[in-house]
Amino acid sequence: MYGALWRVLPGPWWVRVLILIVLIAAAVYGLVFYAFPWVSQFVNPQEVTVQ
Amino acid sequence: MSVVGVIGEILITAGVVTLLYVVWQLWVGDIIYSAERNATGQELSQTWADEYAPPAATPSPTPTDDLPVEPVTAAPIILPQPADTETFGVMRVPRFGADYYVPVAGGITRSGTLDHIGIGHYPGTRMPGEIGNFAVAAHRTTWGKPFNRIAELRVGDAIVIETDGGWYTYRFRTLEYVTPDEVEVLLPVPQAMDVPAGTAYMTMTSCSPMYSMTERIVAYSVFESFTPRSAGEPASLTEAVT
Repeated sequence: MYGALWRVLPGPWWVRVLILIVLIAAAVYGLVFYAFPWVSQFVNPQEVTVQ
Repeated sequence: MSVVGVIGEILITAGVVTLLYVVWQLWVGDIIYSAERNATGQELSQTWADEYAPPAATPSPTPTDDLPVEPVTAAPIILPQPADTETFGVMRVPRFGADYYVPVAGGITRSGTLDHIGIGHYPGTRMPGEIGNFAVAAHRTTWGKPFNRIAELRVGDAIVIETDGGWYTYRFRTLEYVTPDEVEVLLPVPQAMDVPAGTAYMTMTSCSPMYSMTERIVAYSVFESFTPRSAGEPASLTEAVT
């Protein structure tokens, strides 16, 4: 999977590394600001109120 | 490229993402959200300060008197019950740091108020300064954890609710640990059934132990005074905490 991605990316090795860093940063951003907060409501059932 | 190889890479990726989630939930997320809360609260406080137009200058008392200046207080302005997720105030607690400015909004749902705004007001309980019980809830862990240090409060610590009209200073009295169904902590006089309130109280609830749902930690405070915006920030906000 990652091997195929490496072969698909254009340019010399350092361009590919740069592209990969950008891709990873984008993935982490999406996870931290969108995916994780959404997941949190299911796996982290914190209750702070009395009822 | 073998199928097993692809499955292996997917599993490794899933593992890394799960670890990232844990790091986010326990550490990075709190840094992001608490900074966001404090920034929003500070902005609100600044907006109220900017919007405030001082009344026409009144003749000030003769500057010759060398008596100590009495703190200016007034009868508290009682705000109407807020709508769900409507921010009406900012909580400031010197014990939690000078940069602690957490927005207080109506409602105690996680999706509406607690996860995204900060501190939630139990609908139907009194408002700041009102005779009876002003009850609020907030996270103690995760989501910026506004009440993370609730157990560090000491008798007499100031807990100030800043609103458009001024500052409501409460003084912390005591902590209590209860089961999650103990709604008596929200009564006009906390834990006292059928007793009419004579003073204004504040009840703060959060989870206990941390990262658990088995109990609730409750902090009680008693209303001290209301400082109108015209008088400027009360001394309770800047007094030293030791």
